[in-house]
Amino acid sequence: MTTPTPQDLIIIGNGMVGHHLVEQLIERGATEQYRVTVFGEERHRAYDRVHLSEYFADGDAQSLAMCDADFYAQNGIELRLHEAVTALDRDQGEVVTDQGRYAYDRLVLATGSYPFVPPIPGNDRENCLVYRTLDDLDAIRAAAKTATTGVVVGGGLLGLEAANALRGLDLDTAVVEFAPRLMPMQVDTEGGELLREKIEALGVQVLTGRATRHIEDGTASFHRMVFQDDKILETDLVVFSAGIRPRDELARDAALEMGERGGVAIDERCLTSDPAILAIGEVALWQNSIFGLVAPGYQMAKAAADTLLGGELTFEGADMSTKLKLLGVDVGAIGDAHGNQNPGARMFRYLDEIKQEYRKLVVSSDGKKLLGAMLVGDNATYDTLMQYYSNGLELPEDPAALILPSSEGAPTLGADALPEGATICSCHNVTKGAICETIDAGAIDLGAVKAATKASTGCGGCAALLKSVVDHELEARGVEVDHSICEHFAHTRQELYSLVRVEGIKTFSELIEKHGSPQTQGLGSSSAPKLGCDICKPAVASILASCFNEPITDAAHIPLQDTNDTFMANMQKNGTYSVVPRIPGGEITPSKLRVLGEVGEKYGLYTKITGGQRVDLFGAHLEDLPDIWGELIDAGFETGHAYGKSLRTVKSCVGSTWCRYGVQDSVGMAIRLENRYKGLRSPHKIKFAVSGCTRECAEAQSKDIGVIATENGWNLYVCGNGGMRPRHGELFATDLDDDALISTIDRLLMFYVRTADRLQRTSVWRESLEGGLDYLKKVVLEDSLGINEELEAQMQTVISNYECEWAGALKDPEKLKRFRSFVNDARPDPDIIVTEERGQLRPA
Amino acid sequence: MTSATAKATPPTWQPLCATADLVAYSGVAAWIETPKGPAQVALFYIPCGPNTPRPAGPMTTGDASQATELYAVDHHDPFSDANVIARGIVGDIQGEPVVASPIYKQHFRLSDGQCLEDETVRLRCWPLRLENGQVLIATD
Ligand SMILES: Cc1cc2nc3c(=O)[nH]c(=O)nc-3n(C[C@H](O)[C@H](O)[C@H](O)COP(=O)(O)OP(=O)(O)OC[C@H]3O[C@@H](n4cnc5c(N)ncnc54)[C@H](O)[C@@H]3O)c2cc1C
Ligand code: SF4
Ligand code: SF4
Ligand code: FES
Repeated sequence: MTTPTPQDLIIIGNGMVGHHLVEQLIERGATEQYRVTVFGEERHRAYDRVHLSEYFADGDAQSLAMCDADFYAQNGIELRLHEAVTALDRDQGEVVTDQGRYAYDRLVLATGSYPFVPPIPGNDRENCLVYRTLDDLDAIRAAAKTATTGVVVGGGLLGLEAANALRGLDLDTAVVEFAPRLMPMQVDTEGGELLREKIEALGVQVLTGRATRHIEDGTASFHRMVFQDDKILETDLVVFSAGIRPRDELARDAALEMGERGGVAIDERCLTSDPAILAIGEVALWQNSIFGLVAPGYQMAKAAADTLLGGELTFEGADMSTKLKLLGVDVGAIGDAHGNQNPGARMFRYLDEIKQEYRKLVVSSDGKKLLGAMLVGDNATYDTLMQYYSNGLELPEDPAALILPSSEGAPTLGADALPEGATICSCHNVTKGAICETIDAGAIDLGAVKAATKASTGCGGCAALLKSVVDHELEARGVEVDHSICEHFAHTRQELYSLVRVEGIKTFSELIEKHGSPQTQGLGSSSAPKLGCDICKPAVASILASCFNEPITDAAHIPLQDTNDTFMANMQKNGTYSVVPRIPGGEITPSKLRVLGEVGEKYGLYTKITGGQRVDLFGAHLEDLPDIWGELIDAGFETGHAYGKSLRTVKSCVGSTWCRYGVQDSVGMAIRLENRYKGLRSPHKIKFAVSGCTRECAEAQSKDIGVIATENGWNLYVCGNGGMRPRHGELFATDLDDDALISTIDRLLMFYVRTADRLQRTSVWRESLEGGLDYLKKVVLEDSLGINEELEAQMQTVISNYECEWAGALKDPEKLKRFRSFVNDARPDPDIIVTEERGQLRPA
Repeated sequence: MTSATAKATPPTWQPLCATADLVAYSGVAAWIETPKGPAQVALFYIPCGPNTPRPAGPMTTGDASQATELYAVDHHDPFSDANVIARGIVGDIQGEPVVASPIYKQHFRLSDGQCLEDETVRLRCWPLRLENGQVLIATD
């Protein structure tokens, strides 16, 4: 290496960073001083890898190119593409390719990194690909032509990007992540959970905590992935995106100083251990860190250019903050986003499960400086936070304000973070300060705070936040609090309800997995799965039913129900069941009445007319239930849901058809209402009645929903009750026509289903609504919460999914199998003994 | 069978029903003849529960490669005097699998039949085993 000026400068790697170096050199006139040669292993000249995925969208490699085709030539730089450097000869000062040897005076390694493919047997099978280069994308596209499913191994940033690409190629896509959450580097558990929900909502299956053991031939698909837990997943295409590794093989062979886990060690001037050689970009290791982002690479390129020109500019490390949109989901991580690099750091967290946003601030122990932040779902605050972070600005007195929604919203976490003035319940404009005052004034639990402040008695959207604020404040005052529905869920029924709805959770196991009490979640092999119990299981079954109304006898729901729902009959004290067919409005034809008599006689049933204007048949043996129902259904009956927490009966008087006072057809309306709401699962049973005039023979004012005919239509009374705690229904609306009556009831009932507690009748629910009747009217009649359309739509879903559970069960041999007294013996239970009384059988 | 021989002999397993007769996370009843006379037993099948060792991951039903929990206790409910235990809700309380009587809702621990509300009450238990798609019970 004796050539004086110009010197030979060789740059290995024509990626983003290598190209940036060239630009810097050109800009600074370094081409006078150096004869520059660039080697690129890829066919393409430098392109924008960050936006690689766009290649799938427009298929145009040119639009990703970092420069015009003749940019290098015009600037007198030799670009040798598709020519990989295979060795460095430091003694000779030459690089070696399969086309020859090239001398250098200065050398820059900009070889980037390669995708790490985990050492899984079978990882080299056909259609096991990676996601790094344009050629990789071509290969994926080709493979996708014959594929229907694709799996991305690795749920990090790049993995999700790859998953999106597979989705875009119309593959059924799954992401398999080894860590317990997605993007483990950038987000924490909460953020990861939210991200998962959002991504699953896009139809991408997410499997976390899964280690792949090997890949083999599949049966339904090309590959079968076998996981450490023996579970399997079949797929036609596998894309590995399990991290990147520096392409440091040249440097290693040439005995440059390396990091323990790879990477070419550089100093702040980007010099390697050989001062003739520099390294930049993802191959370079600075103070034991590799920077897997393009911005730090560019900073290195700048410093390297300066070094080559004899300047003093140094690379001082770089910020790894990122802001991305992955699969349409905003994710931002600033600085110490996990808060684990700064001892004593404090955190503020804000989680909005409705809007699906999560924000977290990590601040210094004195609360003055922002050390890090994490955003999922909404990056709107990223720029501001970045300001505070990167400029070391002093935080406002109340840093939480930075991540709280400025207007209404329903934050559900971070009670401790909220300022006194933070609005907890927007319906009733209750601040955290007001809540603290009531607690200081002696409110000792959530109920008392609700009663005193009205918080959470509106739309209920703030229930979870209120609970966390109250719990937090009570705990701060040394009070132990627990409002969990049971040991399996630290939530109330309403909270579970909104979780189910908002997240579209369809099974109990999913709910307990995601939202079970901490000690209940499957956090690893050490913690056992939980089964739930007789409190939470039926409550969740009811919630699932009122959200989705899938048949309660579906396999996934069976274990949730109590025996009455499982066998669709009410168990009586001797283990037999009662059979209650629906008789809408209490109207029944003589021939149907006869069928009831015949069935009762045939199966030895005790018969009684109930207060709900129907006939109960008692004493049915388990194994007789299907036959009994078969006969009843053949005669045109349906289940009466006497066993469920659901609509029981709509009682009616005979109304204008027969009664001389009647002003409307109360029976007709009763039948219409009963048929509409039958099968609606609710927090507790619901009873209706319809009277044909103000004389009120049907006792409608003692029902959950009471309808009384007027000259002009119907008056609606709500939230009445008979039974143990009688309550008069309150007049809710007057002179409604048929359709208005029905849409009003739709909304009211759905609002009740959404917001009531487990086993809370409408009367008790209504009393707990501190806004009172006026509030209820505002919501239901004036749509003050803007949810009426939703309520009606939801009711419509329930109604259109209705099917008589008994009719369904009779068609399904699997379900019928359950109706046996003994699985191994056909005999009935010999211990059921009856005796005769007043001409009927009763338990002895 | 005398008590002297009973002590020495290993349990005799008798076939009870097919595995397919069991209902995951729920119970079914079976009729057995024991040396002490007939009995009604409630069989509970928990594919993946608190006492089942398993790897992390979502709870699934019917993954045959996973260990399972199987219990047989009295079907007779001492509180209501009705044969209904198999129709109770299966759950866990403080990490122990239990069944709740469908009539008066007392909880019984599946592993040993102990009633959680009344320490003087305990259901009988029998060992169960799965083999070739059959459920076997040891009744002596
Ligand atoms: C899909 C995807 C999305 C990304 N999104 C972002 C993002 O949103 N934000 C962000 O900051 N970063 C992102 N990145 C990372 C970013 O692309 C990299 O940080 C950046 O490309 C690194 O530049 P580099 O020049 O160091 O390496 P590379 O871009 O990998 O370039 C190195 C080049 O050197 C070549 N080479 C290697 N060895 C030799 C050899 N022996 N001889 C000749 N040539 C050789 C390689 O073929 C390659 O072309 C993303 C990366 C991918 C793959
Ligand atoms: S409510 Fe009126 S219409 Fe109905 S039966 Fe009584 S008096 Fe007749
Ligand atoms: S009033 Fe009491 S005894 Fe009578 S049916 Fe109702 S719960 Fe049973
Ligand atoms: S925000 Fe509190 S009830 Fe609606």
